[in-house]
Amino acid sequence: MRNKMIFVLSAVAAALITWTLYKVFWVLPEQVVNVGAYKIFYFHVPAALTSFTGFFVALAASGLYLYSGDLKYDAFAAGVTEVSLAFATANLLTGMLWARFAWGIWWAWDARLTSMLVCWLMYAGYLMLRKAITEPAQRARLCAVLSIFGCINVAFVYKSIEWFSQTQHPQPVLSIRNGGGMGPGMEAPMYWNYLGMLCLATVLATVRMRQEEFATEIDSLRRQAHAH
Amino acid sequence: MFLRQIWTIAQKDLRAELRTKEALNASLAFSVVILLLFSFAFDPSAPDLAMFSGGLLWIVYSFAGALALNRSFARELQNDCLDALISSPAPASALFLGKAIANYALLLAVELVSLGVFALFYDVRLTGKFWPLCLVMILGTWALVIIGTMFSALTVNLQMREVMLPVLVYPFLIPALMSAMVLTGLILNGMPLSGDNLIWLRVLVAFDVVFTALAVVFIDVVLVG
Repeated sequence: MRNKMIFVLSAVAAALITWTLYKVFWVLPEQVVNVGAYKIFYFHVPAALTSFTGFFVALAASGLYLYSGDLKYDAFAAGVTEVSLAFATANLLTGMLWARFAWGIWWAWDARLTSMLVCWLMYAGYLMLRKAITEPAQRARLCAVLSIFGCINVAFVYKSIEWFSQTQHPQPVLSIRNGGGMGPGMEAPMYWNYLGMLCLATVLATVRMRQEEFATEIDSLRRQAHAH
Repeated sequence: MFLRQIWTIAQKDLRAELRTKEALNASLAFSVVILLLFSFAFDPSAPDLAMFSGGLLWIVYSFAGALALNRSFARELQNDCLDALISSPAPASALFLGKAIANYALLLAVELVSLGVFALFYDVRLTGKFWPLCLVMILGTWALVIIGTMFSALTVNLQMREVMLPVLVYPFLIPALMSAMVLTGLILNGMPLSGDNLIWLRVLVAFDVVFTALAVVFIDVVLVG
């Protein structure tokens, strides 16, 4: 069942991402009014959305683990956080590439850039904590608490950094905030790519979750062998 | 009853600390050293010093804080004191709050001393700015202590404890430290705390309230399981 789901979702993800690539390279206009090299946004924005979605899913999975004590949820939280961190990295890297092109510098202490970096560091800490604890139940418990703290802190980080630094980030990108600034038919591929990336993230997280479960199983078998 | 348990734990921690003075001496010496190092990093007589002195002060505070907070739970590992404390009738939240209050008192004392040293070294006049500064220190230090104590409990059984704590704590504290830095900078520049600046005070209060509540709820999971 899970295998079938993985195949179907990977097919959907591949189709959607290929379609976005086709749109980006052949259909969409080269320039829009005041933003150059804007086509990278079709990967930059969905990657950010996917990573934040992942952090919230990890929060839910961590909560479920603390509620039920089922290690399955912990493995899922670990997988989702890892994959979200990968998407956050993709977002930071594409953002830096674009900043080099548009602003002439690799890194501007822009509000969104900074808050993404802080979130990245926070969740990298989560993964380091996972590596540092060997006992599975203890690891699951402590990491679940950290994930809950982290996700709530994301709100603080996001709002306070937004107030702190004047942003020069292209402001109205999506129409859900401030009306949007894109022409007709230009926003849709972004959402489709978001869906594609969500499918890809789900596939990756599921695979990682299975690895995590195997690792726990091997670990407990090894312990049993030692006990004999 | 709950308050008395908290008070007992806090008293115990403070008494132990005052007898050994381990964390106190270390963090005091450390903050003076950092304040000294800053004088090489930039021109100490520069006129725009007041602009970033808020940031400097909070860097000193958070470094000294991490040094003291690292030991908060680790100190109880000897002779299995932590297990005894957990199995005592006091709930984990009382244990946590007691320790947090002891750390808070300790850190505020260190901060007051290093504020004096800072004013002395860098010729900063504190007249008329002291009480607003105290307010920021009271709120900012509580944020530092609540996150630091929580993560100290989280990492107490790890081998890499000393490394893990700062890695986890600093990114977490960014909203609180940033607000405290902005506010301290404003106060040292002689600007009033009103209008738009109050938003940072609100961020600090919200951070304190939210994470104190979360820590009290989740400390049981962390310590007891």
